[in-house]
Amino acid sequence: MAIVETHGLSFDYIRRDEEGNVSSINRALDDVELSVKKGEFIAILGGNGSGKSTLAKQINAILYPTEGYVLVDGKKTSEEENILDIRQKAGMIFQNPDNQIIGSIVEEDVGFGPENMGVATDDIWQRVEESLKILGMWEYRKHSPMRLSGGQKQRVAIAGVVAMHPECIIMDEPTAMLDPAGRKEVIRAARALNDVEKITIILITHYMEEVVYADRLFVMQDGRIKMTGTPREIFSRVEELEELRLDVPQATRLAYELKKRGLSLLPDGILTEKELVTELCRSYSIM
Amino acid sequence: MLREMTIGQYYQAESRLHRLDPRVKLVGTLIFIISLFISQKVSCYVAATVFLICMIRLSRVPFLHMIKGMKAIAFIMLITVFFNLVFTPGEELVSFWVFKITSQGVRNAIFTAVRLTYLILGSSLMTLTTTPNDLTDGLEKGLGFMKVFKLPVHEIAMMMSIALRFIPILLEETDKIMKAQQARGADFESGGMIRRVRAMVPLLVPLFVSAFRRANDLALAMEARCYHGGEGRTKMKPLKYKPWDFRAYVILFCYIALVVLFGIISPL
Amino acid sequence: MSIILDHVNYIYSKGTNDEVKALDDVSFEIKDGDFVGLIGHTGSGKSTLVQHLDGLLKATSGHIYYNGEDIYDRDFDMRALRGKVGLVFQYPEHQLFEEDVFKDVCYGPRNMGLSEKEASLAAYSALKAVKLPDECFYVSPFELSGGQKRRAAIAGVLAMKPEVLVLDEPTAGLDPEGREEILDLMKELHDTRGITVILVSHSMEDVADYAHHIIVMEKGKVFMSGTPREIYSHIEELESIGLAAPKVTYIMHELKRRGFDVDTSITGVKEAVDSIIGAVWNA
Repeated sequence: MAIVETHGLSFDYIRRDEEGNVSSINRALDDVELSVKKGEFIAILGGNGSGKSTLAKQINAILYPTEGYVLVDGKKTSEEENILDIRQKAGMIFQNPDNQIIGSIVEEDVGFGPENMGVATDDIWQRVEESLKILGMWEYRKHSPMRLSGGQKQRVAIAGVVAMHPECIIMDEPTAMLDPAGRKEVIRAARALNDVEKITIILITHYMEEVVYADRLFVMQDGRIKMTGTPREIFSRVEELEELRLDVPQATRLAYELKKRGLSLLPDGILTEKELVTELCRSYSIM
Repeated sequence: MLREMTIGQYYQAESRLHRLDPRVKLVGTLIFIISLFISQKVSCYVAATVFLICMIRLSRVPFLHMIKGMKAIAFIMLITVFFNLVFTPGEELVSFWVFKITSQGVRNAIFTAVRLTYLILGSSLMTLTTTPNDLTDGLEKGLGFMKVFKLPVHEIAMMMSIALRFIPILLEETDKIMKAQQARGADFESGGMIRRVRAMVPLLVPLFVSAFRRANDLALAMEARCYHGGEGRTKMKPLKYKPWDFRAYVILFCYIALVVLFGIISPL
Repeated sequence: MSIILDHVNYIYSKGTNDEVKALDDVSFEIKDGDFVGLIGHTGSGKSTLVQHLDGLLKATSGHIYYNGEDIYDRDFDMRALRGKVGLVFQYPEHQLFEEDVFKDVCYGPRNMGLSEKEASLAAYSALKAVKLPDECFYVSPFELSGGQKRRAAIAGVLAMKPEVLVLDEPTAGLDPEGREEILDLMKELHDTRGITVILVSHSMEDVADYAHHIIVMEKGKVFMSGTPREIYSHIEELESIGLAAPKVTYIMHELKRRGFDVDTSITGVKEAVDSIIGAVWNA
């Protein structure tokens, strides 16, 4: 069953001048068809301004479609009475960890969502404990978020969403402001949530290395979905990605160049360093 | 420099004062402030001093840490003391140029300095031992009766707690923008009044832009986490009075009674 | 002409409980016209270090020499130094403030005491250098796209005609295309104008392709210093402080271990291809 579905989704950013007249219309999403099954890990790739963040906000009912519709767990986001339900089912993580942590102590921040949902006090504590443990932040529960590293802050933010018991978490460039260590932490956490807790993950990013574990990839440009497929399928189309001015993981790039130079036994769409080394040894080893 | 501002910043520790109900601490702070203004007698100040020292010891917040937070307001303090010193009429002790220092002036200056110091120490003791969320809850519940007058108590309290949480972030940001503009040759220190104010523009514009961006992001993040005002909201840490809280009220009552008593009967 | 750091120490909140030694006996030389990568993870002291280079922070002890002059000498002109060492902070677009881009870029040169005309000229050539399209010159900086804003902000520093350009994480938050644009811009400024570039980053891949010299910082100390090849041949040491070499270097090490005769000091894809092809054909 699909947890998130969009049909003919289009969205215009409308800018008005001081008198309230429309001064410009900017189409941010154009006829987007998307269907995400329960328990999937999908990634949306695209450069700045490709519309991927706008899409994320649509799923969380922060923005509403200009045309078409978005269904979250079968409910339309454009209908007022569904909003709270949708936001609970499809949690959202933003780019800047500093601007999404509300509490001044880790545990209080994690409790914020359940408080808003009207969960009973004892239950809130249980949820806070559970989700902080899942994210490996339990020992920091009494800390001030100010003193945590970027990766830890982002994990606290994720715990805050997990405590709302969502079916799906949308992560809008959660690693863009982190250093490599923090990026690893967050991606590992996202994968664990998907594997262990069976939470559907929609990861939006422009780091190619982060999407190799996804079940499916969507590549966006100019508000449209340009490519869909497994990471292996997508990354075997190096030239097309280049046309969309996107990067591929270094291992994929290296395999592609080697193949072009005559090592034709290498398979298409190699994703990781380990895979490349294994394939090279298998086909070309001297031993 | 800016990161040393510690007024109002929660200090994590395990102490009786930390565990006290925030409503008690709010009332306590209010009572302490009132006690400072009841009378100008030395005995009252002795009582206040003893009370304050006890509370600081109880809070387990290092005294040095509290003093560090005072640095920021040292300037205001100096000005107040100075004005009291030179502009209080009375028996002249020394005079120079247009200034006259009187014995009443000296007395006033000392009392003002002590009063101001205690005022700040007392109220920062509250914010040091209470998390902004607790403080908000305390205010919300303590002022709950105001809802009758259509006052959005929850919203005000929430705004306060968020403001407190963002103070350190904005201070850090100010420091960063200041340095970035200095790297472009900005000079915040020299020149006359007008020049200095104009020099602030490159600092203030980016700061406001950033504050608005953060506010916008935060509002989105709160909405995404189902925030929809105070209605139907439950509490993670609901306020419930514990036996200790009642004892604390009793202590507070005794303290204020004592100060009033001193004010009436004590000769000094 | 060079920048020399001589036993520089810097301590935050000196004399209090939370005293932090942010820089610990740092000494090195940056030669004129060099392209230096300054690497280290968050909290390694690299941002503190670059703030010393134009005197925004003053070392607790030690000396910094700019072209042979001690910048802590009483008669040293600190303002002139800030013109010569252009410092671009992280997310520099957050510091834009004027009503239009052109005015904003003029701010630096005006502070340097240039006349209106000279400042405009400097601003114009800086905006051209960062390849901002002409139609962006007279719009509000807040209307530009992310990548454009960043270039406008870099132009603001470039307009002061610095001899040394220091950039703290200039590519943070940009997409691959934007990243490459900024890094190529740095390379161009370095190659055509002879500007000394110091690139602060935690992304090994970025620095490996561009820098001629790399300084690795860890816990306020210089951990390693050398050419990219020298640095990346010490994978274990880098890993011990939580840094990683470029992915390609890992692949080369692993292939070597499995019996391929490849060069393990390689950092870029192009060289790697040649080396692997060579190893396969020779076998």
